[in-house]
Amino acid sequence: MSSLEAQAIVIGASAGALEALSAILPVLPKGFGLPIMIVVHVPPDRDSVLSELFQAKCGLLVKEAEDKEPILGGTVYFAPPGYHLLIEADKCLALSSDEPVLFSRPSIDVLFESAADAYGSGLIGVVLTGANQDGAKGLQAIVEAGGTALVQSPKGAFSSVMPEAAIKSVPTAIVMPPEQIATCLQNIRVRA
Amino acid sequence: MNRSEPEEKVEDIEIRLLLEALFVRYHYDFRNYSMASLKRRLRQARQQLGFATFSAMQESLLHDPAMLPRLLRYLTVQVSEMFRDPDYFRAIRENVVPHLRTYPSLKVWIAGCSEGEELYSFVILFREEGLEERTIFYATDINQEALQAAEAGVYALDRLQLFTENHRKSGGTSSLSDYYQAAYGRVSFDRTLRRNVVFSDHSLVTDAVFGEMQLISCRNVMIYFDRKLQDRAIGLFSESLARKGFLGLGAKESLRFSRHASDFDDFVREEKIYQRRAT
Repeated sequence: MSSLEAQAIVIGASAGALEALSAILPVLPKGFGLPIMIVVHVPPDRDSVLSELFQAKCGLLVKEAEDKEPILGGTVYFAPPGYHLLIEADKCLALSSDEPVLFSRPSIDVLFESAADAYGSGLIGVVLTGANQDGAKGLQAIVEAGGTALVQSPKGAFSSVMPEAAIKSVPTAIVMPPEQIATCLQNIRVRA
Repeated sequence: MNRSEPEEKVEDIEIRLLLEALFVRYHYDFRNYSMASLKRRLRQARQQLGFATFSAMQESLLHDPAMLPRLLRYLTVQVSEMFRDPDYFRAIRENVVPHLRTYPSLKVWIAGCSEGEELYSFVILFREEGLEERTIFYATDINQEALQAAEAGVYALDRLQLFTENHRKSGGTSSLSDYYQAAYGRVSFDRTLRRNVVFSDHSLVTDAVFGEMQLISCRNVMIYFDRKLQDRAIGLFSESLARKGFLGLGAKESLRFSRHASDFDDFVREEKIYQRRAT
C-alpha cells in the first residue's frame, strides 16, 4: 500500500457514519496533502452539524462544500444536506438539487461518478458503513476509471449492507476496518 | 495514464458537439452550464432515449425536431416543492413584505419557475398578506412544457402533505386546502391564483431585462451554471431590480464570488435574501 499515489479521496457513509469517520478523519495529520470529499446521508431539512463536529476533532480544515468552490488539498468537504455534491473537471466543487438517487440526496454514487470523471486514476474511493446500496455503482465507476477502491469490512460495521453491496459490485476492492483505512490513507503520496 | 481515459475523452468531445448542435439548431444554450451535473443528466437521457452514443443522439436531434422537447425534459425540469425551505418564505413574509407594502404596485419575477411550485407559493403568500391585487408576477422558464405545467397548476396528490407541512412551517395564515381541489389522485390549484401571473419563455443565458422588479426569486437555478454564466444572471438581476429591490437565492447559492456582489447588501443573510443598493 505504501506505493499508492493519488490526487483526491472521496468517502461515502450512511447509518453508523459518525463512528466510522471518527476512526479515520481525526487520525489524518496536519499537512495531509489530499482533499477529501464526503457524502453522509442526512435528513434534508436539518442543518448539518457534521463539519463543525469534525472540525473540533481534526487537524485538517473541515467545512461544508460550497458551489463552485476550488478544491484545496488538506481540506475535508462535507456535502450539504438536501444537495448532491459533484466534482467538475477543473477540480471545483458543484452542488445540484436534482432528484434523489436511491432515495438519497446527497448521493454517494453522484459524488463518486463525477469524481471518477474528474480525477481518473488519481482517485481513491472509500465506502463505509450503511444500510442501502448507495456507493456501489459509484465505486465501480472509480475503478473503471483506474482509481482505487477501499471498503470497510462488513463484519464489525454498524450496518453491513452498503459495504457488502460495494464489495459485490467491486470484488477487487481492498477491504479493511476503519482504523486500517486511516493508516492506508496516511501513507498515500500526493500525485502532482 | 490509464486505459479508459481515451474513451472518456471521446465522450467529452461528443457532449461538446451535442451542446453546440443544440445551440446552433434550436438556440438553447447549455454550453456554460455546470458540466458535472449536466453530464449526468445527458447520460441519463442517452440511456433512456435509447442511443448508443451522444453522436447518435446528436444526429437525431439535428434531423428530428420532436427530439428537442424529449431531451429538454432531462436537461431542465426541476422537481421543486411548494414553500421549499419554509424559513425562506417566513423571512420573505416577516422581513421583505413590510417593505413591499409601501409600494402602490409591485412586480415579482420567479426566474426559472419550472412547474410552478415556487410561483404558487409566492402568490398564496401575497394573497395572505393582502398584496396580491397590486402585484404582477412574471413566471419564466426556458422549457415550454414546464411553463405549460406551471400554468395548469396540477400536482400529484401525494405531494400535498409535504406542501401543506411546508406552508404551515413558513408561517402561512390560511389553509393550503383553500386553494386547490382534489380529484383522481391529483390536485388542481385555483385558477384565480393565476389572475395576475404572466407566464413567459425567458432564458437567463441569452435573454435581456424585461421590466423593473421589486422582488426576484431565483432559487437552485444558478447552481447549474458555471461561474461566468452565474455572473451574467446576477448582472441581469441587478439591472432588473428597482433600487432597494430584493433578490432571493437558493440556500446554497451566494453572491460572494460574483463581480456584481457590490450591487447588493445582505438583507436576511441566513436565507440568502439580498437587497439592491440604492446607487
